[in-house]
Amino acid sequence: MATHETGAASGSGAAPRHAHSGDGHSAGKYVLGYVASLVLTAIAFGLAFTHTLTPSPLVLVLLVLAGFQILVQLFFFMHVTEGNGPAFHSVAILLGFVFTFAVVLMSMWIMTFSSQVA
Amino acid sequence: MSETLRNFANTYLMWNEGPLIWGSDVLILLTIIGIVGVLTYFKKWRWLWDEWLTTVDHKRIGIMYLIAALLMLFRGGVDAELLRTQLAIPGNHFLDAAHYDQIFTTHGTIMILFMAMPFIFALFNIVVPLQIGARDVAFPYLNAVSFWLFFFGALLFNISFVFGGSPDAGWVSYPPLSELGFDPGPGENYYLLGIQISGIGSIATGINFLATILKMRAPGMSLMRMPLFTWSVLGACIMIIFAFPALTVALALLLLDRVAGTHFFTMLHGGNPAMFVNLFWIWGHPEVYIVVLPAFGVFSEVVATFARKRIFGYASMVSSLILISVISYFVWVHHFFTMGAGPDVNTFFAIASMAVGIPTGVKVFNWLFTMWRGRIRLSLPMMWTLAFIPTFAIGGATGVMLAVAPADYQYHNSYFLIAHFHQTLIGGVVFGMLAGMYYWWPKMFGFKLDERLGRWAFWFFNIGFYICFMPQYALGLMGMQRRMYVYPADMGWNTLNLVSTIGAYLMGIGFLFIVAQVVYSIRHGERDLTGDPWDGRTLEWSLPSPAPHYNFAVIPVVTDRDMWWILKREGREEELMPRPEEVKDIHMPKNSGVPFLMGVCFFVGGFGVVFNWWWLAVAGLAGVLLSLLSRSFQYEEEYSLPAEKVIETEISLGRL
Repeated sequence: MATHETGAASGSGAAPRHAHSGDGHSAGKYVLGYVASLVLTAIAFGLAFTHTLTPSPLVLVLLVLAGFQILVQLFFFMHVTEGNGPAFHSVAILLGFVFTFAVVLMSMWIMTFSSQVA
Repeated sequence: MSETLRNFANTYLMWNEGPLIWGSDVLILLTIIGIVGVLTYFKKWRWLWDEWLTTVDHKRIGIMYLIAALLMLFRGGVDAELLRTQLAIPGNHFLDAAHYDQIFTTHGTIMILFMAMPFIFALFNIVVPLQIGARDVAFPYLNAVSFWLFFFGALLFNISFVFGGSPDAGWVSYPPLSELGFDPGPGENYYLLGIQISGIGSIATGINFLATILKMRAPGMSLMRMPLFTWSVLGACIMIIFAFPALTVALALLLLDRVAGTHFFTMLHGGNPAMFVNLFWIWGHPEVYIVVLPAFGVFSEVVATFARKRIFGYASMVSSLILISVISYFVWVHHFFTMGAGPDVNTFFAIASMAVGIPTGVKVFNWLFTMWRGRIRLSLPMMWTLAFIPTFAIGGATGVMLAVAPADYQYHNSYFLIAHFHQTLIGGVVFGMLAGMYYWWPKMFGFKLDERLGRWAFWFFNIGFYICFMPQYALGLMGMQRRMYVYPADMGWNTLNLVSTIGAYLMGIGFLFIVAQVVYSIRHGERDLTGDPWDGRTLEWSLPSPAPHYNFAVIPVVTDRDMWWILKREGREEELMPRPEEVKDIHMPKNSGVPFLMGVCFFVGGFGVVFNWWWLAVAGLAGVLLSLLSRSFQYEEEYSLPAEKVIETEISLGRL
């Protein structure tokens, strides 16, 4: 975010500068997010590794854990609840959810054939 | 000792393969010596480093993308000529099967990922900030990182040709063929890592330009006042951001299969090769729209400029761009209807595939209506645009034929498909990028490309195109499959194949004319002293050619769509000239060598992974980490360009 005039913010052309505006994201929030993502990953890995669940509930639990990961990313690292200006990021996230669900659910739908083949 | 040397030469340098490799080695060596010699003789090393390798200026990065894209067009084109030469006559022994496999693999990969992508990025970089009245992109440093990741990814991919062997599992690289068991050579690793590294750069570019367009527009430029090229870039960026991660995942998992012994795509231990196909095309289909949308943007600019009319149906143009970016995300299965996912799945994706043709059709009609009763000038950009419309329309029609799932069982993987996608990708992307290159060339370099040589190139390329690809539709319907390296003489394919090869040569001659045109125009091209050689409509034409490195001395206030055109009609051009009292100090990003070095480190690390030389891979990755760290300790990444300096430059450009 480099080249805008000193002093004069050039309307909608002014890019936000986090480093200088001092918006004070505390280190604690990042650490908490980092620990939460590690814990979620560890649970998922442990469940997959130890085979404590049968495949179909396992997949369900993993999907739920993945959903939590997304939330951790959005709230602790990407600060979706903050920021001013037009809400471009809400549109982007909505589109992201549409695409994500499309990809995941449709891939499962497309791949059902392999269970019939096998 | 000599035994070890011979072993090395045969294993890694492939010297046992004969004169073709030796010749390539010699040519590459001579080119390197030539470049190093020229730079040393003219004492240009300092200049190269200061002005180009460390630059964060979007215009220069754009020019480097353009050069890379043209070089890759040459390499991919040579591959194509080799393939067509092999197929010219039945039972040909010009190439053997292994070489043929390698060449069609590199041809496809290079043309899509290392030619089309940098070509669109070249235009993104050169045009978007100038069109929206910005001084640079949102993240200039990241922009340089993107370029160097692309560059070294492409270099890593290309070096496979003379070191270790080229990939040979097709540009789609489906497992199980691309798994270790069937393809043990390093070529496939080159493919995976080259694309992966440049893919990081592509995602970063998508984010960069999305942020640039949303956040850095000049005051007054609302979204609905944005030029259509910028809109098309916005659409392409949305698709890049959502589609590329699928490719990243697919390639990473396949790489793990190959180097870490996992079984994501092998049938052992529950792996599923069909999932790679699925993931690949989740990226792959949006990808073709990623490269063609910016071409649509170019055509929209060119048609309006050269018909001297406001674009017809601006709002419907915008909505069709956005519709294409969203619908193109729901059509990927049409690349593998024959996998057998069942009639319900195939029906859904067939209908979605046909639906995506509708907004595209809307755009074609809008271009036609823009030309309707316009005063059309037949300059080179307009000629390529005019050639695009029928070519793309036929390509689209055959695309809808392919989208009919039951019929696709007949066309699938035949030359009918080959003809279809070359028609849309060449007719859409290549024609569009060439139109854009001719259109914005004066803005990049300050001179026009010679029209006469350009017309020769145009006619050779276009006539060659139809001679090359029309026969392939017929060949496909006659049963000729893609990726056949040799065919028997009694199939009735001989004449059509020969004709097709002649067409490919004509296109090659067309390309040579473009090279001649560039070389000739550097000395003799018409200089552009006004900054507005085409009587343009948008903001970039209000600047001198080439634009000064800070772009706008004073950020313009936009009051209308096609603002520059309206100001010219009303004799108010002065409003976009800077007034001395308005010029203030400008913050500029500092040049940095780190993006280049980071690219080198990625290259070294990638090279280590290709050959499983882990010490080298670790060293490369450590270098990457160091480059990232060094950036976080760089506190003075900007400098202030004093207002007097800006005024001085503007006076020297005759604008004050």
